[in-house]
Amino acid sequence: MFDFIVGHYAYWFVFILMAIGLYGMIIKCNLVKKLIGMSIFQVSIILFYVAGANKWGATVPVADPALGTADPAKYINPLPHTLMLTAIVVGVATMGVALALVITIYKRYKSLDETRLLEQMRKEDDTE
Amino acid sequence: MGIDTMTISFVPLLAVLVSLLAVPLILFSSRRPNLREFWTFGAGIIKFGLVLSLLPGALAGKSVGIELLELAPGIRLALKADPFGVFFAMIASGLWIFTSFYSIGYMRGLGEHKQARYFSAFAVCLSATIGIAFSANLLTFILFYEILTIATYPLVIHKETPKAIRAGRKYLAYTLTAGLFLIAAAAVTWQITGSLDFAAGGIFKSHPMAPSTARILFFLFLGGVGVKASIMPLHSWLPTAMAAPTPVSALLHAVAVVKSGVFGVIRVVGFVFGPALMKEFGLGRILMVFAGFTIITASLLALKQDNLKRRLAYSTVGHLSYIVLGAGMLTSAALTGAMLHIAFHATMKITMFFVAGAIYVNLHKENISQLNGIGRVMPWSMGAFTVAAIGLSGLPPINGFISKWYLGMGSVQADTLIPLFILVASGLLNAAYFFPIVHRAFFRRPDGDELAGHGEASPFMVVPLCLTATLSLAVGIYPDLFFRFFRLASNVAGAILGGA
Amino acid sequence: MILSNSPALVPLSLLLAAIVIPMAAFRRRWLAYPLALCASAFATGISVVNIIRVLTEGTIHYHFGGWIPPIGIEYVLDPLSSFVTLVVNAVSLMVLVHARRSVAAELPDKSMPFYAVVMLMLTGFNGIILTGDFFNLYVFLEISSLALYGMIAVGGRKSPIAAFRYLIMGTVGGSFYLLGVGFIYMTTGSLNMADVARIAPSLHQQPALVAALGLMITGLGIKMAIFPLHGWLPDAYTYAPSASSALIAPVGAKVGVYAIIRVIFYVFGVEFVRNSLPITEILAWLGAIAIIYGSIQAIAQKEMKRMLAYSSVAQIGYIGLGIGLANPYGIIGAVLHVMNHALMKACLFLVAGNYRLKLGHSTIPRLDHRVRRRMPWTTAAFTIGALSMVGVPPTVGFFSKWYLALGTIQNGRWLFLTALLVSSLLNAVYFFRILEKVYMKPLEGEAADDGSVSLDEAPASMLVPTLVLGIALLLLGLLNAVIVTGIISRIVPPGM
Repeated sequence: MFDFIVGHYAYWFVFILMAIGLYGMIIKCNLVKKLIGMSIFQVSIILFYVAGANKWGATVPVADPALGTADPAKYINPLPHTLMLTAIVVGVATMGVALALVITIYKRYKSLDETRLLEQMRKEDDTE
Repeated sequence: MGIDTMTISFVPLLAVLVSLLAVPLILFSSRRPNLREFWTFGAGIIKFGLVLSLLPGALAGKSVGIELLELAPGIRLALKADPFGVFFAMIASGLWIFTSFYSIGYMRGLGEHKQARYFSAFAVCLSATIGIAFSANLLTFILFYEILTIATYPLVIHKETPKAIRAGRKYLAYTLTAGLFLIAAAAVTWQITGSLDFAAGGIFKSHPMAPSTARILFFLFLGGVGVKASIMPLHSWLPTAMAAPTPVSALLHAVAVVKSGVFGVIRVVGFVFGPALMKEFGLGRILMVFAGFTIITASLLALKQDNLKRRLAYSTVGHLSYIVLGAGMLTSAALTGAMLHIAFHATMKITMFFVAGAIYVNLHKENISQLNGIGRVMPWSMGAFTVAAIGLSGLPPINGFISKWYLGMGSVQADTLIPLFILVASGLLNAAYFFPIVHRAFFRRPDGDELAGHGEASPFMVVPLCLTATLSLAVGIYPDLFFRFFRLASNVAGAILGGA
Repeated sequence: MILSNSPALVPLSLLLAAIVIPMAAFRRRWLAYPLALCASAFATGISVVNIIRVLTEGTIHYHFGGWIPPIGIEYVLDPLSSFVTLVVNAVSLMVLVHARRSVAAELPDKSMPFYAVVMLMLTGFNGIILTGDFFNLYVFLEISSLALYGMIAVGGRKSPIAAFRYLIMGTVGGSFYLLGVGFIYMTTGSLNMADVARIAPSLHQQPALVAALGLMITGLGIKMAIFPLHGWLPDAYTYAPSASSALIAPVGAKVGVYAIIRVIFYVFGVEFVRNSLPITEILAWLGAIAIIYGSIQAIAQKEMKRMLAYSSVAQIGYIGLGIGLANPYGIIGAVLHVMNHALMKACLFLVAGNYRLKLGHSTIPRLDHRVRRRMPWTTAAFTIGALSMVGVPPTVGFFSKWYLALGTIQNGRWLFLTALLVSSLLNAVYFFRILEKVYMKPLEGEAADDGSVSLDEAPASMLVPTLVLGIALLLLGLLNAVIVTGIISRIVPPGM
């Protein structure tokens, strides 16, 4: 049991981050706080992959003449890292779009509170 | 009688399509009434001619038809003009000609609006009705059944008054729900038997079913066809639909729509379930109970109505259940009588509706209490009405007597006398709610001078109603006149019971 | 060369257009639309070629860059993917033809970025459908999602909020999917779908794999907008510009559906899924609830686009139900409904777009008979669309319901059958309400026959696609057996 928690400490950390991120995205009312939560959430998944790529007692995946290239257990798995490069880019792009939206919303409604915004939206609907 | 054993012929397809092809012609000549009506007539006469050409083959027990494209894997859109289908198609297409003629007098007499929409919707309805008559399998039947529902909607709401719109909504609510039941029933049938083709003697012959399955399936089917067939308690759309113009009530709600319903009932009883299965699970008895209840209740309700069309509507509800009752009895005379009643009730009821409409156009009267003395002013109309009233009460020499006689004989054949009593009682009730109208018309003085100066209604209306009344009389004396109704009906009954 | 590369050409041509449009149209604004249209037409043409290839040659595996899977990324052309790409591209083409006027009217100065973003969205959709690699699917999923957020946000005043909410939910969905892919990679060591399908049975329901399945379905479910994860859909469809709604609504949620079908039936297999989590059962129930919930909500709506949005929730429920039944008829019904719903919704949204252009609004209480006299053909197309949604034969809508009904009966699920049939009635309520309004004269006030309402139909470029889709609803209904036996029945996974 102890082994289970300590041995997988990276994953526990990742999941706690995920929970924080989700909490921020869903529960918080301020749009920017939601975005912070979203960023944390996405980063936690990236960390998950990176943690999964790791191997005990292995080094960075650059060919080291001293270790040789015969035994893959000496190098950590580079594939998840490359996948996460893409995921980081996706996260950045999404954040960019999201921030642009936030700016537009603020300019039009002068508020970043989700509850107030939804109320305002419904009111405008009824008067249309 | 599988589809592969029938001869290929385009005639059933043409019969269905003729009026559909007339629709764009009608719509494009909407500004020229005479041309527009010409298309309706042309389509009607051609359609009737095509159907009539199928009569000799039908009398010999042969079917012709055609298989069109596949609608779903294993099920084709297929038309088959079997004797029963030809029987129904003759009635529908023949009476359409009369109704078209009558419509001219009615619509022009009232200066009704949207006549192009009216005549084109009528044409589509007739296409759908012939399609129903000639459907070779359940899916094709459902297709045309639903098209009929949609196509009759513009006719029901034709007047576009709040009452008419409400009537239309009620009509759609009932009929669309019924369509769903029918779809469910067809899907279950497909699941059990792998075939949806109508076969005299039933589809389920080699597929044993548990009693509960059979009963639930039967109720699904009954829900599906029962709405149009106005079996109580699914009947209530019919009196409300009297908000439609009278020719609509006449043809659709006395001939096409409701008769499609009872046609469907007989198809289900004879060609889907089959007499053997019906008897095995007591389904015939269930039908008889519903029908008997409907007949008596509808007749009693008819007594209470002052509005002439509503009284006729309840009378129709009752008479439709004569047919259902006959179907439930499952004997040769009963089935023959039921089928004959499809035809004979049509001619009589259409006469009555025509008269009601003539009275409305001519004198703007709708209620029976206002009809004192009109017999003197409209002798031909009321004469025809009397003929029809005699027939609907089941008295000779009008054709209504013959169908009722056979239904009664069927009751004896089935070793149960309750249907016979119901029929007799209903006949008395019919007399009770029709003859006072006749009496008022001929033997009471009109109130005041309001009828002075009025004559008979326009010949466009009077001629058709006299013709249908004469037809009722003539067929009553000689049932095989012209169209061999009797021979056809008894052949079909034999085929169903023989399980060909 | 074209032929052998045909799987890749579909998303690549669209991607190329997405890149070229900003460059070429930067100075010459008017270039954006023709480029977009050409790319879409080309993609549709190649999709047709793809289907023909699949039907004649069988499943085609296309290795990108010559790298052999599972190391390399491959595109897989099988009956399912080629069918769905054809539907997506063909319907989008029709809507694009319509979009020129609509965009010119609603987004006059943003047309160039708009078309570029539309091309990106289509790239994303086609990539999702064609790819045979899990991570590649994620990439295209996010590409299309970002494009969607953009397309929705350029609407009126309220659209950025709707887009933001969609962004939050969509990112959660995509991230769950990514997490699921992570689990799959860590347990099977492969990202290739076919490879994972081969390896998965031998792992015997490892918790990580089961978790992967659950996470992926949840993530894709958010994209698919299955109840109760549909919260983003109504606002997004309503506040987006007409052209965006018309492009997104018919096909947007379908790619989520496609991915779920792939994951459940092709990668993991029904047996595995049934033994691990009751996903198919839950999907079926959620589908049934969505059907009823969506229809009831649609009845309550006053604005046509919002009504159509809730109607979409219900229609997606049909597809969910079909998948959840997991029997041949259910799958046939679900896939056929992907096509049918795309056609129906596209037709209806195009009608709403026509009304918005000519009447200035699409609010239902403000429609009346003058609409029909002014725009008879558009209203006729609406009627056919309405009849199809209700399920009147011989329109396409009837046949989806027929197959789904057979599917429910095959499993003996009478409750689902009832939900299916009752929804037809609910659909009838909210559609016939509109038909009543436009086909009948008002009851009091108006003069009897004011000939003052002259024919003022939508312009040809908007009317023709609307009518083509309307006619397709009838034709494809009559011909549905051809489609089912020709293609869709091949989609049913072997062993069912």
